[in-house]
Amino acid sequence: MRWTNVPREIPRPPLLARASRIRRLCGFFLVAIVSTLLLSAAPPEKHLSVYSVAANYSLPLVQHDGRDYVGLLELLEPLGRVTAKTDGSKWRLRYNNVEGEFQSGKTRVRIHDRDADLGGKFVLDNKRGLVPLGSLSSLLPRFLGGPVTLHEAPGRLFIGNVGTHFTASLAGDNPPRLILHFTAPVNPIIATDQGVLRMTFSREPLVSPASPTLTFGSKVISSATFTENNGSAVLTVNASVPIIASFGNEGKTIVVTPTSNPAQSTTPTSPGTAETPTAQTPAPAAPPPVPLPARRRYFAIVDASHGGDDYGETLSAALLEKDVTVALAHSLRQELESRGISTLVLRDSDANLSVDDRAVYTNADHAAIYIALHATSSGRGVRVYTALLPFGEDDRGPFRSWTTAQHASLPLSQTTATAIAGELQKRQVPVRALSAALRPLNNVTGPAIAVEVSPQSSDLAQLTAPDYQQLVTGAVATAIAAAKDQLGSAP
Amino acid sequence: MIPRHLMIAMAILLAAALSLSLYAWHVRKSVTTTPTAVIDTRPLAPPVTGPTERVILFVAHDEDGTLRGLSAQIPMPSGRQQRSEELLRALLSIYLDRSSTHVLGSGADIRSVYLVDPGSAVIDVNSAFADTHRSGVLVEQLTVASMIHTVTANTPGIQKVKILVDGKERETLAGHADLSSYYDVSAVNQLAVQLQPGQ
Repeated sequence: MRWTNVPREIPRPPLLARASRIRRLCGFFLVAIVSTLLLSAAPPEKHLSVYSVAANYSLPLVQHDGRDYVGLLELLEPLGRVTAKTDGSKWRLRYNNVEGEFQSGKTRVRIHDRDADLGGKFVLDNKRGLVPLGSLSSLLPRFLGGPVTLHEAPGRLFIGNVGTHFTASLAGDNPPRLILHFTAPVNPIIATDQGVLRMTFSREPLVSPASPTLTFGSKVISSATFTENNGSAVLTVNASVPIIASFGNEGKTIVVTPTSNPAQSTTPTSPGTAETPTAQTPAPAAPPPVPLPARRRYFAIVDASHGGDDYGETLSAALLEKDVTVALAHSLRQELESRGISTLVLRDSDANLSVDDRAVYTNADHAAIYIALHATSSGRGVRVYTALLPFGEDDRGPFRSWTTAQHASLPLSQTTATAIAGELQKRQVPVRALSAALRPLNNVTGPAIAVEVSPQSSDLAQLTAPDYQQLVTGAVATAIAAAKDQLGSAP
Repeated sequence: MIPRHLMIAMAILLAAALSLSLYAWHVRKSVTTTPTAVIDTRPLAPPVTGPTERVILFVAHDEDGTLRGLSAQIPMPSGRQQRSEELLRALLSIYLDRSSTHVLGSGADIRSVYLVDPGSAVIDVNSAFADTHRSGVLVEQLTVASMIHTVTANTPGIQKVKILVDGKERETLAGHADLSSYYDVSAVNQLAVQLQPGQ
């Protein structure tokens, strides 16, 4: 007998055949579900956010040879008159009166009769000219005639000086409030989780403070972190309790406070479930205004003078006055708060803040004392200034003249300056008390002084030395604490 | 065949061209190595003639942050406005000296002084004056107080002084001293007292 391996059709019972169909159907659905999940997990489309005086807009980025590319015509269109013409492998772009000639596959381009290097090949994709993202920082100034700042990795492009800066300061103890003051109105998307509040700024040209991580020395609201990702800036506030944000000052101020009831948190997360997705809570289009403070919230307002584009004195190649004043302000806040004096640092980061804004904030707060900090390389020791009032513009009834608003408080300012000078003398620091036409001293309605710190020797490094800073700020804080009753009773 | 005299002429011309090229190369090299003279950017003002007069200039001293009176004999015109300009130019000539006690930047100058009755003076300095000025509260304040006090101490009747830069209003001199308002002369006089040595 011979055996064969020819397969034979074995008839199946009807019940088994149905089970097989159901299994096949289940398999099909399983594959479909897995495919859907895989597709949904694909990375989001990368894009470039462009911030300029003319418009803020976003463009998709195209991947080519593992690099990010962007359409140059689309990028320039919102900024001015632009035309493009394709001629074989050549692509000619005209922006206002500047002409550029690109060639597909070439890294060299010609703009305004001068050669430039793209750092990668120019790509002509269906008559659309694509340039490497990294080339924009050198390419765009040739077309636009002005500086641009490219944050390549997160895809953010700033044309001209359009950045929105912010300061962050903690106020009050129970409960503490984190006050974020922006130089322009903002309207971020806010997401909250247990003790984490994330603000995503997609449309605003928000730029990083001097340090991307800000610590506040509070157990309740401990820190804030600035990051940039895929065309957006994200500010994350970390706290040990649920926190919420409210808007004020026409969108220029965001106040982060602990929720009185944890149930108010916008995310119904259960404690300990870190993977719980955060709820996206869009901020209201027209933020409700926060009323201006009617009474004093801080006893002292410490102002780190200059900031942003205003460097103050260039003390050395690596040391600017605006940076020294921030360090001095932090030191003075610490010294004042250790003496029980509630203190606000008016500029906590590298932000542009006008002298008018500084005076407005101080006057609105009705602070008992305003202290502006300066640093200089000239002279030795410390100078304490009070306002040298300009030629009088008289007050009109209850309205005070802006230029001589300090007039009524000048005697108390001078008394405080003399007390500070005395305290510095006790510590063997050379000191003088003088008048100076130094804004915004004359615009502040309450007692106001300015302290200018210079090194005791020719060594400028002393200005950044913590022990010297503490010597000066400790003396200032001691004198203010001694005059607390007198200053606190001032109207 | 080329005639002999033409060959000689050609050789002489070639030698002349070669020697002239060498000479031109030598001259160019010497020009590039010769240091260029330092250009004095200070604007020229016509010399003032006429009788001299003893005046007090209030000169800033950076080393101790003081303002000290200095008696000087300078030619003074008869007009009040021109007198004020000459006073400030005399003061600036001290500050433009590199060994000065309060050095101002090269090219700093007074454009004009306007005396507007009743009691107003406008000092217009050039842009180099402000652009090259050192930054700092005291160093800027010394410049302002020195100029205003020198003018007002020698020109009676002035109550307020405004400082313009290149004919335009400017926020500050070099980041600190306020130039946006009129200076009150009585307040500046008090500051001048504070800035006296030993105060």
